[in-house]
Amino acid sequence: MGSRLKLFIPLLLFAILALFLFRGLGLDPAEMPSALIDQPLPEFSLPELGGASNLSRADVIGQVGLLNVWATWCVACRVEHPYLLELAGQGVPIFGLNYKDDDRGASEWLVELGNPYELNIVDREGTLGLDLGVYGAPETYLLDAQGVIRFRHVGIVDQNVWATILQPLYQSLQAEMPVQ
Amino acid sequence: MIPEIGHFALIISLCLAVILTLVPAWGAWRGNSVAMALAPSLSVGLLVFVGISFACLSTAFLQDDFSVKLVASHSNSLLPPIYKFAAVWGNHEGSLLLWLLILSLWTAAVAVFSSQLPLLVLSRVLSVMGGIGVGFLAFSLFTSNPFARLLPGTPVDGSDLNPLLQDPGLIIHPPLLYMGYVGFSVAFAFAIAALMGGRLDASWARWSRPWTNIAWAFLSLGIMLGSWWAYYELGWGGWWFWDPVENASFMPWLAGTALIHSLAATEKRGLFKSWTVLLAIFAFSLSLLGTFLVRSGVLTSVHAFATDPARGLFILIFLAIVVGGSLTLYAFRAPAVSSRVSFGWVSRESLLLWNNVVFLVATITVLFGTLFPLMVDALGQGKISVGPPYFNAVFVPLMALLVPFMGAGPISRWKRDTVSRWRGELVIPAAVAVVCGFTLPLLQAPYNIWVALAVLMSSWLFIGLARDVLQKVRTPAGPLRGWRRLTPGYCGMVIAHLGFAACVTGVVATSQYSVEHDLKMRPGDVRDLAGYDFRFIDVMQVRGPNFVAEEARFEVTRDGVPVAIMMPQKRRYLATGSVMTEAAIDAGLFRDLYVAMGEPVGSGGAWAMRLHYKPMVRWMWLGAILMAAGAFTAALDKRYRRQRATSPAETVAHGV
Repeated sequence: MGSRLKLFIPLLLFAILALFLFRGLGLDPAEMPSALIDQPLPEFSLPELGGASNLSRADVIGQVGLLNVWATWCVACRVEHPYLLELAGQGVPIFGLNYKDDDRGASEWLVELGNPYELNIVDREGTLGLDLGVYGAPETYLLDAQGVIRFRHVGIVDQNVWATILQPLYQSLQAEMPVQ
Repeated sequence: MIPEIGHFALIISLCLAVILTLVPAWGAWRGNSVAMALAPSLSVGLLVFVGISFACLSTAFLQDDFSVKLVASHSNSLLPPIYKFAAVWGNHEGSLLLWLLILSLWTAAVAVFSSQLPLLVLSRVLSVMGGIGVGFLAFSLFTSNPFARLLPGTPVDGSDLNPLLQDPGLIIHPPLLYMGYVGFSVAFAFAIAALMGGRLDASWARWSRPWTNIAWAFLSLGIMLGSWWAYYELGWGGWWFWDPVENASFMPWLAGTALIHSLAATEKRGLFKSWTVLLAIFAFSLSLLGTFLVRSGVLTSVHAFATDPARGLFILIFLAIVVGGSLTLYAFRAPAVSSRVSFGWVSRESLLLWNNVVFLVATITVLFGTLFPLMVDALGQGKISVGPPYFNAVFVPLMALLVPFMGAGPISRWKRDTVSRWRGELVIPAAVAVVCGFTLPLLQAPYNIWVALAVLMSSWLFIGLARDVLQKVRTPAGPLRGWRRLTPGYCGMVIAHLGFAACVTGVVATSQYSVEHDLKMRPGDVRDLAGYDFRFIDVMQVRGPNFVAEEARFEVTRDGVPVAIMMPQKRRYLATGSVMTEAAIDAGLFRDLYVAMGEPVGSGGAWAMRLHYKPMVRWMWLGAILMAAGAFTAALDKRYRRQRATSPAETVAHGV
């Protein structure tokens, strides 16, 4: 009987796997853990890519803008990049968070592909990424003028995402600005 | 009208598939040979109607019928006809229809080419495949109808196929990949039929082997093409990213590799029976799991299709029924008693067992790495991602554990072998391999220890195989006679193992020796890379059928001798406005030169350029082609086409 029971092991393992998969269906990998939405961007002090001084939270707030998490090792970032250039061309301020990357490669990337970023925060150890709960690259956060995170998008920002999700929020936040 | 015919044909296919699942299975259960004999005709009928449906969708694409939603969102009137056709499977609904077409193709192929199978087995096999068809047909009809119309509100023009997919690679990559994925359903169906019949003997292994080999060969080619496509189309010279979707195709390949080897032991020696059945179930389950991962949206990937939770739930339920059902059947019906056939530690059996252990560990490693983010998230532990470092760290040592034993495989004997005989056979290959490993990398400075190890390993395989072939060929009747005596099965093994050796060399050499430069270049500038001089001549405007491009011209020379004119492009597709990099590649057996354009920099016509020197990158894909060729060759072996009955009379009649 013992040897027959052994044959049930694959079934048992599959049942566990199926439970995980079922649970996974209910989760959106692109969804933000709700904790940070409408919370201020965490404080940080990190070097600037290609710059001498450290950057802090104050450097990226003051206007409605995007914080884009990227890295040279990220395939999807390459796909996303041309659209970011286009957005930057339209005057949308984009701040880069260069996540767990090496500085030289990142600088070369910007020379090669063009630079859509106002400035780039170097997060070599991923500390700010940890505070933000970065899941992977690319990710894009929408910040309001006070530096509060209003939205998070995991994955590529393209024409579709911008037009249907980010742009309406971006415009309504901009409309709020003069009042405050 | 045509889309409606297609839709209707799909509905008829579903009815046929339901009948194919139920009637022959009932016949097999009740011993009704009339019901069982229906299975082959039903299978062919299924192919005909799925074929009609597929033809209708293709027609809608080729005729720019933008009233069909799928055509409107994935095609464009400017698209060249060949890409209009490829656009049929450049999206979720259409690729599912392609999947169905290929499944019905395999089902019909089993019906036609397995007439030597006992009717009982054939009807069970076809019934299982029909059941898989029911699941996917229902999935297509109820959640992803490819024929949905946009009425009223038909757009004037379509919104174009993703430019990344407008490429010759895409035309054949998905069909090949699906041939592989779906092909494992045949081995699966044979395994389930054997479990149902309660007869797990050498004959089911012999029946499954050619089908498994062919499916595995297609999967190898499909994965290879995917890697090649990424290499030249993404524009930055990478060829494997451990992306969830790549992993989804790699896992069935790994499990299939284990299955091929384990089937050999089951067929020849009646060993590992339960284990082989389990692997057949695994290989196909992993194909299904891949489908789930790609189409449900549980993981993020650049490749993933537009997703919908309803679809995810549907596939998950289907996955649970198919995999859960077959594993339950396995638990009740697989032989629990270990076979009485014994083998020594030094024998071909133990080497095959080792192969199985390595490939299974590799499969589980990739599975775990792919699902880990999901599991952590499901346990409420936050969100993390697993990158290439994890996969490389586990995969490299695994392969290093495989190759030394792989070299001993061909010369080993079944049942019981001796260490002293192995030593005698292998001492020369080992010595030559060591010499090669230390000297060949000297050709390229600086000396690289990883390349030395790779050369050591692949020459160990190569020389072992070459020596074995030469020994087998050496007969008293002369070498010609000896060559003819080699069986396709043996030749296939040699070719596939050589392919593996080439692959290992290619992967390691290109990872270690590649040189890449990102530079700012002005027309007239000359840059040197790995001994080649790249002269940037100029940039011109060119126009394609549905894009405009800036095309740079490079003249490449080596020591003043012209090597190539390379013309990379930066394309802007008219319908979507998306910008794509089209790299220029000068391919060679020992090195690729690769130029991709970045962005214009400043004024004066300067551009950011990316120059690559990639040694031996072709070996990797050449190796994969050899592996596939080997598997095809092995499937041609005469013994798979032998008649069903092995009565002495027939054996004599066939002169076997």
